[in-house]
Amino acid sequence: MGNKQTIFTDEQLDAYQDCTFFTRKEILRLHGRYYEMAPNVVPMDYTKDPDVKLPMQLIINMPELKENPFKERIVESFSEDGEGSLSFNDFVDMFSVLSEMAPRELKAIYAFKIYDFNTDNFICKADLEKTLNKLTREELTAEEITLVCEKVIEEADMDGDGKLGFADFENMISKAPDFLRYSLTNQVYQQKPL
Amino acid sequence: MSQPPSITLHVPEGTEGDGQEPSPDNERALHTSFHQLILEQSSLIEAGLELELQERGRESPAYLAIPDASAVTWPEPGQGEEHPSYSSASLQILASMPSRTIGRNLGAIISQYCNRTARLRRRSSRPPLQQLCRAARPSLRQYDLETDPTRATLEEKRRLLVKELLSLSPSQCSHMLLTMPLSLAEKRILRRQLSGQRGPLRQRTHHWAPSSPCGWSKVCVVLGCRGLWYRLLSLLRTAQPWHYALKQIGGRFGSSVLCYFLFLKTLLMLNFFSFFILLAFVVVMQAVYPPASVSPQPFTGLELLTGAGYFTHSLLYYGYYSNVTLNDPCTSSPKGSVCPLAVPLLPYNLPLAYLFSIGVSFLVTCILLVYSVSRSFRESVGSSTGDLAIKVFCAWDFKVIQRRSVKLQCENICTQLKELLVEQRSRSHTQSRCQCLGHCIVVLLAWVLALASVSGCVLAVHYFSEHMHMVQQEQQAQGSDRWQQEAILLVLPLVVSLLNALMPHLYNLLAMWEKQDSPVTQVYVAIIRNLTLKTMVLILLCYQWLSRSVTCSTEECWETCVGQDLYRFVVMDFIFTLLDTLFGELIWRLILEKRLKTKQRPEFDIARNVLELIYGQTLTWLGILFAPLLPAVQMLKLLLLFYIKKTSLMRNCQSPSKPWQASRMSTMFITLLCFPSFLGAAAFLSYTIWSVQPSETCGPFRGLETIYKSGKNWVLVLEKSNPNITWFTWFYQHLLENTSLLFFMSVALIAVIYFNIQVVRGRQRVICLLQEQIANEGEDKVFLIQKLHSVYKQRQMFLSPRDARSSVLLRPRDKEEDGGKCGTRAQREMTPRSPLCHLGS
Repeated sequence: MGNKQTIFTDEQLDAYQDCTFFTRKEILRLHGRYYEMAPNVVPMDYTKDPDVKLPMQLIINMPELKENPFKERIVESFSEDGEGSLSFNDFVDMFSVLSEMAPRELKAIYAFKIYDFNTDNFICKADLEKTLNKLTREELTAEEITLVCEKVIEEADMDGDGKLGFADFENMISKAPDFLRYSLTNQVYQQKPL
Repeated sequence: MSQPPSITLHVPEGTEGDGQEPSPDNERALHTSFHQLILEQSSLIEAGLELELQERGRESPAYLAIPDASAVTWPEPGQGEEHPSYSSASLQILASMPSRTIGRNLGAIISQYCNRTARLRRRSSRPPLQQLCRAARPSLRQYDLETDPTRATLEEKRRLLVKELLSLSPSQCSHMLLTMPLSLAEKRILRRQLSGQRGPLRQRTHHWAPSSPCGWSKVCVVLGCRGLWYRLLSLLRTAQPWHYALKQIGGRFGSSVLCYFLFLKTLLMLNFFSFFILLAFVVVMQAVYPPASVSPQPFTGLELLTGAGYFTHSLLYYGYYSNVTLNDPCTSSPKGSVCPLAVPLLPYNLPLAYLFSIGVSFLVTCILLVYSVSRSFRESVGSSTGDLAIKVFCAWDFKVIQRRSVKLQCENICTQLKELLVEQRSRSHTQSRCQCLGHCIVVLLAWVLALASVSGCVLAVHYFSEHMHMVQQEQQAQGSDRWQQEAILLVLPLVVSLLNALMPHLYNLLAMWEKQDSPVTQVYVAIIRNLTLKTMVLILLCYQWLSRSVTCSTEECWETCVGQDLYRFVVMDFIFTLLDTLFGELIWRLILEKRLKTKQRPEFDIARNVLELIYGQTLTWLGILFAPLLPAVQMLKLLLLFYIKKTSLMRNCQSPSKPWQASRMSTMFITLLCFPSFLGAAAFLSYTIWSVQPSETCGPFRGLETIYKSGKNWVLVLEKSNPNITWFTWFYQHLLENTSLLFFMSVALIAVIYFNIQVVRGRQRVICLLQEQIANEGEDKVFLIQKLHSVYKQRQMFLSPRDARSSVLLRPRDKEEDGGKCGTRAQREMTPRSPLCHLGS
């Protein structure tokens, strides 16, 4: 579309458009951002779906994620191999889910993944402690953290198993209208660079 | 070998340790690896158990005989550990429970969505005929039972999901595909399979189009339209004004400050609608047919502040508009009775246009306001503050990306958590009666002081305006300089704005004195006090304008005079906002930085700023009848305000430290805009239209008893000129002017509201019952798992004698948990109850 060289075929762009919340232009811009991070690794030509992955270190240095306390978890939750390296598909997926257009339920599922540090499908006490430490930059004392953890589990745990399953989590965030309403900015595909 | 026994029991920690190893997150590999992990874990547990038993056995042979000692060593249940006593088989079953595979296991997600799709399809009223093949049935039936992921392979599941998706309508199908929590690669595979079987949406056109002769053109048209649509969509997104600026603000200060700017944007939009309607139907018409002009006074520049002088006879004010009827075939007699019966063109009656434009613009504003109020209520309903869980998981504003603000946000969350903890602790031990009484007295005193200051302000404004009026008349009598005369007009708005600017600081002092316990109450109290002051002053001014007791009593055209007064208030409000920005933000920051050498910056006071916006908007609404171009002035003011506030914010401020729940706050702001502000202005204008006599020599309604009469006259004229629409006049006379109809309508409205309240209450009760049921089911689950475990153990006991010992070891703990931890649980398990049974009975 106006580029010297075709990055995606029309079919690919259609597929991206159908599977994400982005338009063609935004997909191309996202590719631009992806390419920028490692110009010598990422090819310009994506028509054959090359198997390229960028390591987590590069991705978490993007200005959108850099200051986020959960940046590693965000990237890990979207990476297919679990090590945090993202293929272009994963990259687009991440920004699609975090964009403003994504519905709440979808965001809730990924938010649960993000908060579930040890990937055991439950937010247990250890996960909560880690979340709290990241949120407060380890300013709270150990005693306060245990207290907060106990209270949180007491409040949100509905089935009484001592940890938060997805159902508990979903129920809890349904009470918080602000939850992820203002999610990560979609500046990624804005014209102006940050 | 010296591993402490408790470690083997911490299953989650163990998984976490292994979870860091390559590819636990790989959707496909994960499920198997998870199983493997659990197998390993359980073998570890068993090994640990054996070890422990052996060690314990060595240490104290009598250990097994003392169940209490063993109970102590076991960690307390319900502290986050996975049930430590469960064996590998139980753990395996637990791991494959549906709730544990949500969002994690690819197969589980696919099956879940397949079920969901099937449900959606069954619900749709028109099942597609070609999808009713019998082949789908057995697998579907299998589907409902399917929770064990090993039964069907991934390929089969995918095929099934595709089949289900195909049976949906294309739009539903694409929506389903969009919202599935699958990875993009997986979605693309699904999409390819879908298009392979059907060619959804656009693919279909590709397939059949070239076969027909006119196909190509059709394809071109479709493709062209689609391209145009997408371009339009992207244009729309970029056409949103201030898109980038708002992102920037959100990124630095978070959603609460953003809420102020969004509010400003909403106001701008409302003003734009009013302005557009008035411009199109009144102002342009009047400008095209100008009345016999009075020689304009020379422009001096002070008019920009006072709105008098040069502006007096201009489109800005009511007095300039005439009562002409454009396109009128008959002579301009007041009743139009000399007209020929067949009127070729509909005459354009300017007074009517004036009345209807203002009515329609108020109606549009009302609809927009009610819509946004209801939407924001829907968003913020059910939200609760003081919830630790919500604070922990939902406090992070993902929009913030600037380093400094992120740090601030961390600190804010930290202090808020600490405050909440303190609050929860203090809730347990209440204050002594004496302290409570003292606090009550302080609060009461503060309120008395606040109300006294409000009434003092109102009285002061009243006497001051009378005094100023006397001075003005003296000046006029003396025939002094025009400059001086106009400058005197500015004094009253200046005083009112000064009061509005200074009183909030007094209220802040009061708030510091009374020391409210929760910051949210503090914010609400401050808002209520400021609002009372502003409303009271405005009510006084409105009274003075309408009764013409003080101001505008000597003018020949009192509407223009009121319009000028309101213009001055709007301009003065703007100037004071600018001064406030300059002194409260810029100078204060400089003082803080240069003098006090602190790194702190002034905070952006959202509540005060929003109240100022609401005040300005109220002035505009009050003045719209007297100065139809006031919305334009307000728009200009808001535009300037946006850029000035944004610049000042970026340079001088830091994000607020008070806990602001953005959605709750915006709900409150929009409600305030709707309730006292808009409704008050609407009441004021209705009163003016219905029962105040307009001036006799100027304006579109000259010579009429009330403005409303012009509408009545028009209906009469309509009846005479066009007998075909007598039904309209009948409708008007019998229904609109009839009070009993209004009475019945309000009764019906109240009944509807009452029913709705009852429905909401009923739903709340059902929600409570359902929550109780969830809690009960959780207990049932625990109970069943324990039963399963004990059965398993009993079987093991028969098989090997060594395990018997472990089961002996476990038994006392089970008992301890049942009896000791929660006595009620045991009772509940005995009589499992379901809240829905209560409902039924």
